[in-house]
Amino acid sequence: MSTQFTGIDAVGLPVPGQNVDTDQIIPARYLSRPRELGLAECLFHDLRFNTDGSEKPDFVLNQLPFRDARVVVGEHNFACGSSRENAVWAFHDYGFRVAIAPSFGDIFRNNCFQNGMLPIILPRETVDDLLAQLQAHPGVHVQVDLPSQTVTFPDGSQHEFEIDAFRKHCLLNGVDEISFTLEQSAQIAAFENRYGRENME
Amino acid sequence: MLDDTGPRTLFDKIWDRHKVLERPDGQTLLYVDCHLVHDGSAPAFQRLAERNLAVRVPRRTFATPDHYVPTSSRDITTIDNPEHRFLVEQLAENTAREGVTMFGLGDPRQGIVHIVGPEEGLSQPGILLVCGDSHTSTHGALGALAFGIGSSEVTHVLATQTVWQRKPKSMRITVEGDLAPGVTGKDVILAIIATITAAGATGHVIEYAGSAIRGLSMEGRLTLCNMSIEAGGRAGMVAPDETTFDYLKGRPYAPSGQAWEQAVQRWRRLPTDPGAVFDTEVTLDAAAIEPMVTWGTSPQNAIPISAAIPDPANEPDLDRRQGMEKALAYMGLQPGTQMTDVTVDRVFIGSCTNGRIEDLRAAAAVARGRHVAPGVVAWVVPGSGLIKRQAEAEGLDRILVDAGFEWRQAGCSMCLGTNGDIVAPGQRCASTSNRNFQGRQGPGARTHLMSPAMAAATAVTGRLADFRTLAGAA
Repeated sequence: MSTQFTGIDAVGLPVPGQNVDTDQIIPARYLSRPRELGLAECLFHDLRFNTDGSEKPDFVLNQLPFRDARVVVGEHNFACGSSRENAVWAFHDYGFRVAIAPSFGDIFRNNCFQNGMLPIILPRETVDDLLAQLQAHPGVHVQVDLPSQTVTFPDGSQHEFEIDAFRKHCLLNGVDEISFTLEQSAQIAAFENRYGRENME
Repeated sequence: MLDDTGPRTLFDKIWDRHKVLERPDGQTLLYVDCHLVHDGSAPAFQRLAERNLAVRVPRRTFATPDHYVPTSSRDITTIDNPEHRFLVEQLAENTAREGVTMFGLGDPRQGIVHIVGPEEGLSQPGILLVCGDSHTSTHGALGALAFGIGSSEVTHVLATQTVWQRKPKSMRITVEGDLAPGVTGKDVILAIIATITAAGATGHVIEYAGSAIRGLSMEGRLTLCNMSIEAGGRAGMVAPDETTFDYLKGRPYAPSGQAWEQAVQRWRRLPTDPGAVFDTEVTLDAAAIEPMVTWGTSPQNAIPISAAIPDPANEPDLDRRQGMEKALAYMGLQPGTQMTDVTVDRVFIGSCTNGRIEDLRAAAAVARGRHVAPGVVAWVVPGSGLIKRQAEAEGLDRILVDAGFEWRQAGCSMCLGTNGDIVAPGQRCASTSNRNFQGRQGPGARTHLMSPAMAAATAVTGRLADFRTLAGAA
């Protein structure tokens, strides 16, 4: 799977509410499902579907303008809780490539970078403004440009975001961390030698 | 190094010790002393194999199946769901192939990975420990830096014995004073989360300090650190002291003989130096903490058992008000209802939060001579095979079974229901686990978090109960 990401111009999905946890993003009973089967239909499963499999029309992802959304916008502590990387896989398999929130669950945020998905942190007022725009005009686009580290809102306003140079490099070039780290094997071996001598087992 | 010159926190000392390299943007490659893997690790091993990579340091990697194991049997062939059985089998195959030690289903040392680590003496002061599970923060109770990672990072650690991190901020939560009798580590952490919120420690490593923390048993500290993630914390830790050393001494993987003495000397240098500065400081009064119980769908919705369900109308923040209304609708509860008037269908005593021997003793002390209320189904799921064995040696199983509790086999079980142990839709469960999220214990399940003694009292009365008010309670 490619982990490359440079930018996107796509429909934004508003997911209001603080502390949306990864149990909501993908319920635990789907964690044993092989990734090869795809996890798109597991995304927000119990919020999105009734027990008979029919759609809940009130859930935002089931509303026509939002079905092709690729940028998810949440509130504080978005995707907190369980470390399940399946939460990122479910977003990714559906087609999402960007998540925007005032803060994320730390593990979810790390997991995003491993899967070619960009988590963007913006101030709460800025995210509230974006959520309002997405709700007022369903189906409007959010533009994200990683090289310049900017997000363009539907109203045309531009907002810069921070990202570690290392994370940016990995995303832009589709470099996964393992390949990068394996190139540092000599330094790891040197550390292990030193560490062993210091008797810090 | 600059950061070696001034006073340092416990966290700083462990972080500095494990730096392999640091990039100019702050991303740091850290060496992992101990990597715990469970039966959710099949995709991580699969990616390792796809790249023709092997486990770099098998002797630093330990495995036990917990998420998908049955709690009705120790026989793998009783796992009906083929996906679940595959995951448990894969753990055995992958660890055998890679030369990794596994405590398998037939081994008494099998159990929940966060119970097994401390129990075997794998979790030690000063080490860096990771596991593909958010409750890895548990191991910080021994003075380790321990945090959860995702599946891709599990592959990374298997392949390189290292993990990339950006140094989190530091937070000290000081709980001073004496806890009232019967107030446990569970009540302390629920009170903390209710105070700082579920996002309060996001991006931080927490150090718990103060006389009330020092006074907790190791079991209590493990419960406390376990739920650091429910406050958003990257990790939680307690400085090692005599309680830590007494707990560790003689455990299978702890140092012994002269190495033990040397280790204790090193460990005594770990606590935070006087004058070290934390990014955030929080203080709680121990005496003000009551036995706690949750009413909503976030661990921050915790209130004293003596309290009534709060009214969203009194919440000025619109976001929070709407969140409260949604939570109450899901939980089927009305504002103003006394918590002690809420009736339950299920009780679950177990999990990496509260599945240790002290927890089972507390539950049995309440259950002794009483009986589970009509209509309530109450389970006790020991955190490991060794805890189950010890509890049986102490006769706790007889007390609990005589009181009408089901005595089961070790595993994660009904904390998250990955193995099929779930609460039915609409049913209400008093649970000693860590998350009351919507659907956490099964679709439509309603969870109230509390301590083991409180859960046992709830089981015997059929409603959320303060165990201290039961006749003859200690």
